Order: sequence, then C-alpha cells, then structure tokens
Amino acid sequence: MAGVATSGRRRSRVAPYLLVAPAIVYLVIFFVVPIWSLFRTSLSSNAGSVFLPELKFSWEWSNYGDALSDFRNQILRSFWYATVATVVCLVMAYPLAYVIAFKSGRYKNLLLGLVILPFFVTFLVRTLAWKTILADDGWVVDALDAVGLLPREGRLLSTSWAVIGGLIYNFVPFMVLPLYVSLEKIDPALLEAARDLYSSSWRAFRRVVLPLSMPGLLAGSLLVFIPASGDFINADYLGSTQTRMIGNVVQQQFLVVKDYPAAAALSFLLMAIILVAVLAYTWALGTEDLV
Amino acid sequence: MAATPTVEARPSADVAGVPPRAARRRGRPGRLGDLVLRLVAGLVLVYLFIPIAVIVAFSFNDPAGKFNLTWKGFTLDNWADPFRYSQLTEALWTSLQVAALSTAVSIVLGTLVAVALVRQRFSGDKLVETFLVLPLTAPEVVMGASLLTLFLDLGWNRGFGTIVIAHIGFEVSFVALTVRARVRGLDWTLEDAAMDLGAPPLRTFLRVTLPMIVPGIVAAAMLSFALSLDDFIITFFNSGSTVTYPLYVNAATKASLPPQINVLATTILLVSLLLIGVVTLWQRRRLTT
Repeated sequence: MAGVATSGRRRSRVAPYLLVAPAIVYLVIFFVVPIWSLFRTSLSSNAGSVFLPELKFSWEWSNYGDALSDFRNQILRSFWYATVATVVCLVMAYPLAYVIAFKSGRYKNLLLGLVILPFFVTFLVRTLAWKTILADDGWVVDALDAVGLLPREGRLLSTSWAVIGGLIYNFVPFMVLPLYVSLEKIDPALLEAARDLYSSSWRAFRRVVLPLSMPGLLAGSLLVFIPASGDFINADYLGSTQTRMIGNVVQQQFLVVKDYPAAAALSFLLMAIILVAVLAYTWALGTEDLV
Repeated sequence: MAATPTVEARPSADVAGVPPRAARRRGRPGRLGDLVLRLVAGLVLVYLFIPIAVIVAFSFNDPAGKFNLTWKGFTLDNWADPFRYSQLTEALWTSLQVAALSTAVSIVLGTLVAVALVRQRFSGDKLVETFLVLPLTAPEVVMGASLLTLFLDLGWNRGFGTIVIAHIGFEVSFVALTVRARVRGLDWTLEDAAMDLGAPPLRTFLRVTLPMIVPGIVAAAMLSFALSLDDFIITFFNSGSTVTYPLYVNAATKASLPPQINVLATTILLVSLLLIGVVTLWQRRRLTT
C-alpha cells in the first residue's frame, strides 16, 4: 500500500471501477442470479408431470419441511462426517504445517510442493486409488484384521470410515496451507522471548503459537468443512447406500429424479446450516480475520 | 505433545512479562518432542503420497477384468498404447480445451480486479473483496445446481459452452485472489518513475507494469488451469452430453476402468511437475538478472 498515498495524483477516480466491472458483472450474472434462480426453484411447485416438469413459483415453503424430514439422516450424516473430517484434518495438518514453517530450513519450498502434489492428480482418480487401497482383499484390511482393529462390518470399503477417510485425504492440503501461512508469519523472536521468560515449550506453544495461528486454523477449517459437507464423490465411490450424504441426494434429485424444487430446497438447507456452523465456529474461536 | 504436565501450574491471568512462579526452565525444547513432531509430519506426507504411488503403479498393471482395481501383473502395454480408448482421449482433449478457454477469460477478468484492488483505494473496495470470496464459500454442489437452474430457466442447451461459463465462474475468484496476493508488495511508484522520465503510458505499461505482474499471472493461470482440469462436481451438473476427462472417469467407474486412465493421470502429474520446474527456474533467473 506504500505507493497509494504518494502516487494518487495521477490516478483516475473511474479507473478502478472500470477494472473491477467485468469480473463483477460476470459474477453477478453467473453466480448471484443462479443462486436467486435456485432460491425461486426451492419455493416452486411442480404443475406438470414427472417427465415434463413445469415449475410454478408459489412460495412453497413446505419444500423445506419435506426436505428436512425426508432427508434428515443424510443431513445429519453429512455434517457429522464433515465435522469428524475437519477435526482429523486439523490434528494431522498442524504438526506438518508447524514443521514446514519452523523446522524445514531450506527444504521449505520442496515440502510445500509435496503438500500440493496430490492436486495434480485428478480428484476422482485419487479417490479411486483409495478403493484399491481399502479393498477387501487388500493389505490394509489384512493388517487391521491381524491386529483386531477391523470395524465390525468386517471390511473397510462401503463403511462410514472409508467415506470419512476419503474426505480427510482429499481436503487435508486445504488445512495445511492456511495453517502454514499463519504460522510462517509468527516472528521466531516471540518464541525465544517466551523461552527466556521461563516458559516451557508446551506453554509457549499454547500461549504464543496457537493464538497467533488462529486465522489459519479458522480458514483451514472452513476450507475443509464446507467442501466436505457438500461432497458426494467420496460417499459414492467409497461408501454404500448407508453412507449417502446431502450431496448425493441433491445430485440424484437434480439429475436423475428431476425433482428440482426438493433438490433446490435441500441445497439451500445445506448452505444455511453451513452458514450457521461457520458463524458459530468463528464466534467460538474469537477471530474474524481470515489469513 | 498431548499431555500437559500436571505439576505445572496453569498460567495465571496476570500481565504478560511477569515470569510465572511455578514455571521451571526446561533448557532446550525437548529433543524427544521435536523428534515426534517431525515423525508425525513425515507420516502425514507419506499418507498424502500413498494413493499417488498406487495410481502410478497401477498404470503398469495388467488387469484381468474390466476394472483396474486389483494388482495382477506388471506390463508396459498401457504406456505403449495410451490413446487406445478414443473416448478417453477425446474427453481429455475436451478438458484441455475447456481449461485453456476458461483460464484465458478468467485471467483477464481476475487480473483486472486484482490490479484495481492493489493499486488504489476506492470506495467499495472492501465490498468487492468480500464479493470475490463468496463463490469460494458455496459448496460446489450448490454452485453446480444453481447454474443448472439458471440454464434451465433460460432454456439453454447444456454442453461445452455452459461448462466453460461455469468454470470461468469459479476461476475468476481464485485468479483475482492469487494475483492480488502476488502483486501486493510491489512498488507501484516505479510506474510514476517511468512516466516522470518521459515514458508514454503504453510503454510504461509494457516495460514496467506488465513485467512486474507477470509472475503473479503465471501462477494464477496454472492454478486456474489445474482447477478446471480437475473439476467434476460443477461440470457434472452442466455438461449435457459433453464429456470431460473427470466425467469420463466417473462414467468408467460404473462400466470399466481401463489402466489408460492411470497412464494419462500419471502423464498429467509429470507434465505439471515439469511445468512448475520450468517456471520456478525461469523466475529464479529473472530475479538474478
């Protein structure tokens, strides 16, 4: 921002709006209007037949009640899976982000590169790889069986654990990166100071590092929780009919059953619950500063 | 790490800077703790790689049936014939076209916003920033579904065009935020310096502004391209009968999974790594000259 004050004289007042306009107009047309259209659909009723739906906007709030009662299990399951995945991602990502930020020396960039490496392999293919790894005759199942840790279903595929595991795997880099960014900003001198003032390293972590990494922790949690609660690929590839999530229902209602109002209402419920969860979480962590 | 030593009194709420009485100096931070930390971090990295290793390994698999999900034996046949399934090759080609086209548009839209946000304060700039983040906070399934309802309302046929439109929609925000992050610390007074020294505006833009923001644009373009190539959920809702690479893979999971999927996935990985290497070297050279 250093240049702003000194070089303001030649800047035109209209220029920034001209620069911003194309993207904003695009996002209004292809993000805001569609959301509005989805909202209208969620309050419409079907006046036509199943095969030739003819939607009529009629303030049909019962779509929401129906969606809540029809798909209560999928809604609860989605948020349960997403919560577990977020917590596990946090537990896994924190040590990694910490080591990259404070202890990696000249290998920092290499390690960061390794964290984003999975992004260069298609999401779906990565998830399919877990299908191979967790297969009934695979070595993971054998190993777990040998030590008696196999879930009571006697297998891993098609269980909740497989779906949650898939979610964790696909979203853990989204937790590592923001955590790393906020940890990296911490001045090591603060840690030295804590130590000089006779703090144990655990306490220095709790009183200095952890509070300062809150923005990253919040951003990372959102980047995991939001896509995880709306995902349907992991449930589709690694789960069974017993592990279906909101995303599966929305997808099926939209593209197979073509019950657009129900699907739209469910989409809005998903967003509303995410919004409430995010606000509560932000409030609980006491930070509003993302990155 | 997990257990707090109980002998240690909880920190009192008094002013920071007063050494708590109960605290004992432990000397150097625990060697053991450090080792455990590194070990955990290493294990997480290994975990990130397991599926990738499986994908690469299974590109050399000689599957007995239609599904390349169990290891049967080593073969080089898949690599000798990567384009054996013409629909798969076509799908990948479609994906590359979608990615190139949508990235080209989103780079222009996103860079303009980023430059406006970084260079100058204007009323409403905070609003623009918040607005840019919004599409990133909506779950993909909602983005896909909402675009579908729009296209249905408009009566548009879904296909290549609607896929590109949808991809630009989510790429713009990523591009704008990435470019903004990368050009934030730049010294914009250099532009003034150039103009003070008599450079006309166009020349200033080409010789000063553009070289400053190009690395940010390149990073954003690579991100945008990768996101587009990888997108499944939003595309799935708006594809009509057009098939992209992820859509092909998804359809294949129901019918037959040829090892060529792994061959192409591995190739994409290698090409990406190569590109990143080249760009990194190029930027390092730019810095030294």
